[in-house]
Amino acid sequence: MSVALGFACFGVIIGIWALLSYTGLALSLGFANLHNPFFLPSPGTVTKTLYDMFAHEGFAHDVWASTRRIMIGFLLSTAIGIPLGIAIGSFRVVQAFFEPFIAAVRYMPASAFIPLLIIWFGIYEKEKVAVIFIGVFFPLTLLIADVSANIPKELLNIAYTLGASRWQVFWRVLLPASWPGVLDNMRIGIGWAWTYLIVAELVAASTGIGHVILSASRFLRTDEIIAGIITIGILGLLTDALFRWLYWMLFPYSERVAR
Amino acid sequence: MSAIAASDISMVFKTRTGRVHAIDRVTLEIPDAHFACIVGASGCGKSTLLNVMGGLVRPTSGGVYVDGRPIYGPGTDRGMVFQSYTLFPWLRVRENVEFGPKLKGMSKAERHRVSGPLLEEMGLSEFARAYPKELSGGMKQRVAIARALANDPKVLLMDEPFGALDALTRAGAQRFLTEIWEQHRRTIAFVTHDIEEAIFLGDTVFVMSPRPGRLREVISIDIPRPRMLEAVGTPRFGELKRQILELIVEHEARAPAAGSGA
Repeated sequence: MSVALGFACFGVIIGIWALLSYTGLALSLGFANLHNPFFLPSPGTVTKTLYDMFAHEGFAHDVWASTRRIMIGFLLSTAIGIPLGIAIGSFRVVQAFFEPFIAAVRYMPASAFIPLLIIWFGIYEKEKVAVIFIGVFFPLTLLIADVSANIPKELLNIAYTLGASRWQVFWRVLLPASWPGVLDNMRIGIGWAWTYLIVAELVAASTGIGHVILSASRFLRTDEIIAGIITIGILGLLTDALFRWLYWMLFPYSERVAR
Repeated sequence: MSAIAASDISMVFKTRTGRVHAIDRVTLEIPDAHFACIVGASGCGKSTLLNVMGGLVRPTSGGVYVDGRPIYGPGTDRGMVFQSYTLFPWLRVRENVEFGPKLKGMSKAERHRVSGPLLEEMGLSEFARAYPKELSGGMKQRVAIARALANDPKVLLMDEPFGALDALTRAGAQRFLTEIWEQHRRTIAFVTHDIEEAIFLGDTVFVMSPRPGRLREVISIDIPRPRMLEAVGTPRFGELKRQILELIVEHEARAPAAGSGA
């Protein structure tokens, strides 16, 4: 039922789009631009363009370039952010040391670092990964710190009364109790990764989805721009599905996973 | 010698508006294999007192003694059960029960020898492989009790363990706990705000009054065991209930303006 509703929403949006493109609706409403294929190409055109891009223009190569950057940047952010976040959330000393700094950097938009990162790393892979890292690492670390800090105190206390040492409480209670929240926040974090990557690719890149979108803009290829955006959307949906599946696989005990 | 004793415990919290005496010079002793209930209105410090006895909270002054020896923190000699469900959600029922034995380094076979009979006794054998989320509230508390017992503690400290259960489940759980207690002969300190529950379960009821949290009275419950549900309707039960209620209400009447506390 809810799945059907979800699809219905896509249907409505595409339906309105089709009405604007294929009928005189936009004209009679006075928004002539929306009927203009250069301004808003039809769903059919965009679909065909998307096919052509993959079939003849090597778009798959760009998609892979972007995906790879996401994976590297995101893995790097999580590889450091998860342990650090858990440490901040669990140990006062670590929190006192790192949290103010990370909280401050978090308010500096990653996109503002792009010019600097281009000077430091050039316009290729390293710079893209660095942008993703700055955009994802800092907020993700704080979110994960929050997860660990909010593990119910009684869960930790009961472990102490059962004879656990501080380390045992950390390894056997705090960590396992944190994992579901960590995965949830990774799912949120990878969304940011896409945002910052596309921004970075729009500024300077020779491959990648953002680069394709920017090139299309120079030639007024609205259909390619929209095809590119839709591709990002689809990749986002797939990533989301992957994380949901992981959650379901890894945490069968969670209240959120149906029996 | 008492199994567990709290000696001259005081607990002072500093708040923005000043110092709050959560517990004021409370001394109590619970003899071996004794079922003691601690009752009082909310804010009387009974849960804090239990946490002090568990070693989870350090008192401002005073000490706790198990078998005459002072305690310096939580330990396996005192098993605790809380009101909120504190089962580890990622562990199956059996693994929850075996948490303590596993920390002690027992082998799998040894752990099973501990958890098997306990699960059986709690009527949970069929659910050994279930996750806590698959259990009802009453079953969860039975697992929590089994988990505490698996460590073979000297004392069970229970903080309103049945507070979240509905009335029917609760009555069952109380009878069940009595049976467990009669079989295992553990010393139990049981915190509750339910006077009937305290009388039904306890050998002794410690009545506390709030602000500052003080021990008002110690009342021996002379209702013979085994106590059946009918005991609740007897005149003696009613008398004891009135007596305890008066002790609590009397205090409330003296300090009507006090704000609500936890």
